[in-house]
Amino acid sequence: MPGLSFDNYQRNQFLTNSAGYNAPKATSTGTTIVGCKFKNGVVIAADTRATAGPIVADKNCEKLHRLAPKIWCAGAGTAADTEMVTQLISSNLELHSLSLNREPRVITSLQMLKQHLFKYQGHIGAYLIVAGVDPTGAHLFSIHAHGSTDVGYYLSLGSGSLAAMAVLERDWEPDMTKEQAMNLCAEAIQAGIWNDLGSGSNVDLCVMEVGKNAHLYRNHLTPNVREQKQRSYKFERGTTAILKQSIYNLVDVVEEPIATTGPDAMEVDS
Amino acid sequence: MNHDPFHWGRPSDATYGPYNHQIAHASNVNPMARQQQQSDFPTMHTQRPMMTGTSVLAIKYQDGIVIAADNMGSYGSLMKLDNVERLLKVGQSTIVGISGDLSDLQAIQRILNDLEIDEAYDAGDDEDTIAAGLKANHVHEYLTRILYNRRSKMDPLWNACVVAGFDDEGKSFLKYVDLLGVAFASPTLATGFGAHLAIPLLRQRVDSEADVKNLTKADAIQLIKDCMKVLFYRDARSLDKYSMAVLSESDHKVEFHKNVKVEDMKWGFAKGIKGYGMPQL
Repeated sequence: MPGLSFDNYQRNQFLTNSAGYNAPKATSTGTTIVGCKFKNGVVIAADTRATAGPIVADKNCEKLHRLAPKIWCAGAGTAADTEMVTQLISSNLELHSLSLNREPRVITSLQMLKQHLFKYQGHIGAYLIVAGVDPTGAHLFSIHAHGSTDVGYYLSLGSGSLAAMAVLERDWEPDMTKEQAMNLCAEAIQAGIWNDLGSGSNVDLCVMEVGKNAHLYRNHLTPNVREQKQRSYKFERGTTAILKQSIYNLVDVVEEPIATTGPDAMEVDS
Repeated sequence: MNHDPFHWGRPSDATYGPYNHQIAHASNVNPMARQQQQSDFPTMHTQRPMMTGTSVLAIKYQDGIVIAADNMGSYGSLMKLDNVERLLKVGQSTIVGISGDLSDLQAIQRILNDLEIDEAYDAGDDEDTIAAGLKANHVHEYLTRILYNRRSKMDPLWNACVVAGFDDEGKSFLKYVDLLGVAFASPTLATGFGAHLAIPLLRQRVDSEADVKNLTKADAIQLIKDCMKVLFYRDARSLDKYSMAVLSESDHKVEFHKNVKVEDMKWGFAKGIKGYGMPQL
């Protein structure tokens, strides 16, 4: 039977309220993600911090997922949900594209994602910015966990979306160059990194230009490098005294030179 | 070992049982008598803001402070009033920008007016020197005490205020205080939605006290204007008409600009966009 099973709902409610057991905290991505269209394509960017409540679970996670070679998406919300739903639709998209013998389209991935997410009524907490280039051109969309989609020239999602959107609203203009769009997205993500506690660490970027291959800039900016440690904590050899040393040869090593040219050479083409 | 940090530092649940939250409400009062009391709290008044004002923004620049607040009085999602002045001039050296409940804003206005009158007794007759001894840091401290005391009585003045002005030495003073009595200073301050949308933009130029000396007056004014524009775009309870005050340290002047309109807005961002994804037939 399709959909999620709610058989344990009553039991879980009792456990949380009366028996004092807490539900496990989902790892959320915290997150600032943005997408921005430029003259001949689209660029998306994301920060790299994954949080489990108030704790940073992953300092350098990858929030940019590949749906198709030229269709990438950035995910905010529950980390497992964004990862799995992206992989599922990526797999289905590839089969679909092979079956039709055509390059996959962004609106196809959009339709697949929204129909899947709507079916689960928002319980799959995936908030995505989907972007890419296909034979119809460059596209930028956003999807919310309940299945609604939006179109725009510049979008932001996640806990840091307000900080990022402030930068985008002030500095976006139509028909930007690739470099301008990359800088704008990097600035928007940085606004999220510095001003939102759920976002941090580095900036990942992905540029999808019409007529070219998509280019992923993993750790395009790293403004949060940890300082060098004050001293080396390596233990020198001899810290633990060596009492006895035995060396066993597990194999017998025999050297035999192989002639690659001349009369004794191997026959490789028969 | 329990690796969850939220379980460190107290006796283990397994040995002593889960924490008994009834301890916090333990009382010697006869349980029967307690029922007659309507509640455990003293009389409470404003618990939910009705008419509200949205963000107040302020930034320090090399020669002073720029502070701005729009002229909107919202009644939930209804734009009830469009001529509310939320920047109050107190004495010669202070502007207080107030966001939150408007009735409490007017209460604070009366309180600060009374303070000004009290201070004016010690000054001369020249209008420029009335309450000249009342500086921004005094106003802020007074407001903090009032707000904190009200919150301790469970009867808060539901506001978040930014006090901008000059202190006893004539230096720029910028500090925040809100309904909880929380008070802090920063070269950039904003309340309400401004904290989420405007602070990132303000901090891009002035990240710490050291950057203040690099910001000119024209840049500071333009920065505040940009922030008010972004807030009008993205805050559903904002207005494009606002008041801005520029305080200059060097000549101790307060320039008050009223009815400033948000300009240079781009509303053609959705040109060419149809629908919400797949083309609908």
